[in-house]
Amino acid sequence: MKEFTYARANSPAQAATIAAASGTKVIAGGTNLLDLMKLQIETPSQLVDINRLPLDKIEDTPDGGLRIGTLVRNSYLAADQRVRERYGVLSRALLSGASAQLRNKATTGGNLLQRTRCMYFYDTTKPCNKRTPGSGCAALAGFNRMNAILGGSDQCIAVHPSDMAVAMRVLDAKVETVDPAGANRVIPIADFYRLPGTTPQIETTLRAGEIITSVTLPPPPPGTQIYRKVRDRASYAFALVSVAAVVDAVGGRIRSARIAFGGLAPRPWRISGADEALSGVPVGAAGFDAAATAALDGARGYGGNDFKIPLARRTLHAVLTQVTRA
Amino acid sequence: MYENQIRPGAVTRRVVLEVGTAASAVLISGRSSSALAADVPNAPPPVPPVTVELLINGRKHSVSLDPRATLLDALREHLALTGTKKGCDHGQCGACTILLEGRRINSCLTLAVMHDGQAITTIEGLAAGTKLQPLQALFVAHDGFQCGYCTSGQICSATGMLSEHQAGMPSLVTADLAKPRPELTEAEIRERMSGNICRCGAYPNIVAAIKQAAEMPA
Repeated sequence: MKEFTYARANSPAQAATIAAASGTKVIAGGTNLLDLMKLQIETPSQLVDINRLPLDKIEDTPDGGLRIGTLVRNSYLAADQRVRERYGVLSRALLSGASAQLRNKATTGGNLLQRTRCMYFYDTTKPCNKRTPGSGCAALAGFNRMNAILGGSDQCIAVHPSDMAVAMRVLDAKVETVDPAGANRVIPIADFYRLPGTTPQIETTLRAGEIITSVTLPPPPPGTQIYRKVRDRASYAFALVSVAAVVDAVGGRIRSARIAFGGLAPRPWRISGADEALSGVPVGAAGFDAAATAALDGARGYGGNDFKIPLARRTLHAVLTQVTRA
Repeated sequence: MYENQIRPGAVTRRVVLEVGTAASAVLISGRSSSALAADVPNAPPPVPPVTVELLINGRKHSVSLDPRATLLDALREHLALTGTKKGCDHGQCGACTILLEGRRINSCLTLAVMHDGQAITTIEGLAAGTKLQPLQALFVAHDGFQCGYCTSGQICSATGMLSEHQAGMPSLVTADLAKPRPELTEAEIRERMSGNICRCGAYPNIVAAIKQAAEMPA
């Protein structure tokens, strides 16, 4: 690990001011950042610790939703009675990620900001445009079994690894921030992640020094919520494909549906056409197929990850079948 | 008055182990980081050590360390509490599991300086003197280990897991999330313990030990 100076923040705006300095990283749970620092993939010269800030509460909002402080640990968010009863897809997504020890440490904001687990991002002897802009992408023609089939570019096909973010996306969460001037901003999660294009090192729409203070959930959408994760082992592994869905079906007909995929793209993948393909259609394979086709429009494999296209289609089928079973 | 890292004159197994290698180690890598930095022209000044107060197993310790020191390295290298093991050092194996304010975490993926003033329980803090805590005794009774390297992490993790279950926290295999406290089945134990790897494969006996501990009256 490279040397750094350590500072503890007294307020969110002060943390943002410190964080705006070049070479500074914010640390909360630290479970991803410290791993990357040990490997010298991240080499901050200063850390600003926000763990003592009062941003660790889950509060009801006047509209019937929830405001989740950025420091709420993943395990506590998953176990919150309101989340378990009204946002089951979020609880399940959180519980399917990492291990209990990591969930006890990892925070809400940190989960959103975790970096990809692309093996070439981690291998400092190989080119990676995300780690070293302009160096190339070794995944395109390399071992790309875990990489993206949607949303990638000829510069980067890294996948966003979060499960929580996929549930947040299907629930239309909003990310609340503070900047060094103390100004607040609300970013819909649909606009939070950038696709790699020619700048894969820039992953979100956060500005210099801007810090996440909380994430809000609107009131739960009507319907049954589900999260299904397909992976190489039964627990403690990243998704090959995951599906978050909220489906409102009555009498053999779907009234409304929302679906989002994890494991396929540089951000949680939600396509309005897929939701629309399920709206008002009878429960059954024809509607499920149409939704899968819309969601996977433009998907391409790079050799090792070709299997993800049929796997995503089948996982969506399984999820929709399960959630619409009377 | 703080309990300091190694009491003067106390001969521990660790001290004995280090005696044989100390002289040669100093010759090879014994220079401090500040001495190294001073040799490099235009190098930034070395980051001064920070003083951190930790409440470990009920005793206050004040340690001066590099901000880079993980909690795991602070325990093992600065405080000679070597019961906590370093396996992968990347949060993947669980050998370094300790309890932070009663909550199980990987001590390798956190910095000691972040925990100034906080309470930490390690494997050394579980037994009362020579009397093993029930979970420890059950690991022995069920032969819940082979080489033993993952065992302190397994036991600290299981301790944290049982309190999480007592507090009503769900797991991915919990069928009904709304139910306050699911039955601690084998499937529940396996899922909740998936952050602790045992390369000897003692899992069936580890699960049996934990299951019996869970069934004991509190």
